[in-house]
Amino acid sequence: MATELGQQGGAAFQAADGTGVGIIVRDKADRELHTQDMTLNVGPQHPATHGVLRVLVTLDGEMIEDAQPVIGYMHRSFEKLAEYRDYRQIIALVNRHDWVSSICNELGVALVVERQMDLEVPERATWIRMLMAEWTRVLNHLMFVGSYPLELGAITPMFYAFREREEIQALMEWITGGRLHLTYCRVGGLKQDLPRGAIQMSRDLVPRMRERLKEYEDLVLGNEIFAARTKGIGVLPADVACSYGVSGALLQAAGVPEDSRKTEPYLFYDQVEFDVPTGRNGDSYDRYATLLARIRESLRIIEQVNERIPPGPVNVKLPKVVRAPQGHAYVRTEAPLGQLSYYMVSHNEKTPWRFKMRTPSFNNVSSLPYLLKGTLLPDMIAVMGSMFFIVGDIDR
Amino acid sequence: MIDAARDLLDNYWVLMPVKVLAVLAIFLTFPLVVGYMEHKVMAHMQARLGPMEAGRFHGVLQLVADGIKFVQKESIIPKAADKWVFALAPAVALIPAILVFGFIPYGPDLVPIRSDVGLFVTLALSSVSVIGVLMAAWSSANKYSLMGGIRAAAQLIAYELPLVLAAAAVAMQAGSADLAVIVERQGWWGYIVGPLVIGFFVYGTAALAELTRPPFDMPVADSELVFGHLTEYTGLRFAFFLLTEYAGIVSQSAIAATLFLGGWKGPFLDGPWWLAAKVLALSFVVIWARSTYPRLREDQLQSFAWLRLVPVSLALLLVVGFLKVYEVGI
Repeated sequence: MATELGQQGGAAFQAADGTGVGIIVRDKADRELHTQDMTLNVGPQHPATHGVLRVLVTLDGEMIEDAQPVIGYMHRSFEKLAEYRDYRQIIALVNRHDWVSSICNELGVALVVERQMDLEVPERATWIRMLMAEWTRVLNHLMFVGSYPLELGAITPMFYAFREREEIQALMEWITGGRLHLTYCRVGGLKQDLPRGAIQMSRDLVPRMRERLKEYEDLVLGNEIFAARTKGIGVLPADVACSYGVSGALLQAAGVPEDSRKTEPYLFYDQVEFDVPTGRNGDSYDRYATLLARIRESLRIIEQVNERIPPGPVNVKLPKVVRAPQGHAYVRTEAPLGQLSYYMVSHNEKTPWRFKMRTPSFNNVSSLPYLLKGTLLPDMIAVMGSMFFIVGDIDR
Repeated sequence: MIDAARDLLDNYWVLMPVKVLAVLAIFLTFPLVVGYMEHKVMAHMQARLGPMEAGRFHGVLQLVADGIKFVQKESIIPKAADKWVFALAPAVALIPAILVFGFIPYGPDLVPIRSDVGLFVTLALSSVSVIGVLMAAWSSANKYSLMGGIRAAAQLIAYELPLVLAAAAVAMQAGSADLAVIVERQGWWGYIVGPLVIGFFVYGTAALAELTRPPFDMPVADSELVFGHLTEYTGLRFAFFLLTEYAGIVSQSAIAATLFLGGWKGPFLDGPWWLAAKVLALSFVVIWARSTYPRLREDQLQSFAWLRLVPVSLALLLVVGFLKVYEVGI
């Protein structure tokens, strides 16, 4: 990305956005005097990596020559642990790899086991699952909507995002009793039916969130400094994004309308109307805008689901010990951060023989070296923040 | 009685300690008031309450409690640090910040140190703190500190220019660099009625950058440089740096109020209270900016200073000079 410009007495590096950042000086014997590179450890304990991601950057002044993400500080061996857990326990386990979108994770597990067992889930349970999954998506996105400006130095949106989250959390708590690891899905349905007034609560919340969303669009996307910091920064073209297996808001911001809710519908996503928002340039600004647009679409889905939850049971009667028949199953879902897939191989035991997770953050973060090369150190923060990753989701 | 007191104050050895104590009192109260204001104003802008417990009433004593906490903290000097420079840096930053308060005219006859070049002394003093920042950055033996320090130095040098040029336009208009005279020659509405209003905005922006306050806080950008040159500091030394920052807000607001807003003059009942009110109002704006804006990138900061502020302030200087020579009058 750094191109050398011919200049008298030396050459200047040119950064991607056209600002000169480093100069090669020549001494009298016409040898190049390079400035010495500095290796900087960003993380594992660093405010911008929110968690324990470590990025090893080689700096020339403030320009990043090389960046290597070092992962594994939070490896908890979920895939192996899952081989020693029965299916009910796995649901509680996967709550924890991406800890801000628990329902979307456990939903995938429930779906993959049900697919293997060829189980028909009651209609009411499926609709409620959709409702919960979409609220979780809003919850997760709000987290990043708040934390990204924080990394760019705007402290206020974080507090507002958490005010909004609190209202959704109250709804979730009313329904499931939990606030972070909800463990609401079960193989064959749900833990329990909705409590009285829950749907009304969800109905009331939608217009309120819409109103607040407008504030973010005005105050954050409309902020000149925010635009100056994010437009044209960390551009991820569609073909590169695809080759890295990037998914979710990052891929959509690059202009690829890929969303497994649309391309491979699960639950009843084929029965509701929603769009897949896409960006044009694939830069940090577009990623943030896509995130906000995704919240809007989720609210649209929630609005439809609220009116369509039929009466009926929310669970199927299953034996005390659930055994999935021999064979393998694969389920691909759209988690808030991107494509989340579970692949299960069963030997007709109460635990899976192999349980493979494909978590979105892992692939998304793998594109960091491509994005960071040739950018400035402050842009590294602007890029990393817009990757929208959860460290637990990378390391598993 | 009053005459006797006046005679007593005519004695240099009586007057001097009184002045020193008065300046110290201002130095020790106003930055704390602004610090408390920052806690509360930001909290309310961010849909929260801020400190509520210390001092019983809405956390009024929060900063006192913080101060006591800082005193108790262990003062750590990193093993690889340059110990003398590391220990001295907070003082180098803090002392000029105190001295600035001595040159500000607080009222018609309330100028602790009157000087014909008061304006330039205050500006010079307030830029000494960059040496303290650089000392802290170099001596900490920390890469984050170093980067923060280098950024701070580059930024402070860049913004010094528009700051001084805007102040020079005022000095030109007033025909004096004596701060007391500058206030005398303004109406209570100050210089912001007229072309110097541009100078006010240039000065305000540059002062914000001088203070490394958001949106110009790249040198201490906490999400990337941990805390810039302050990364390795703990306890009282850290508190001194913080105090310098808040003292800087107050002194820069006071200078801005003196230069552009008519200093201690008000629509009625002239006196120091007007200056205090103006200082608090300007500090409020500084805090407001912090809770509104993300930070600019370092190269954006530089190009903003050199390509926008410097040409504007030079043009302002030209306009003011023209008006002055042809006595168009402001």
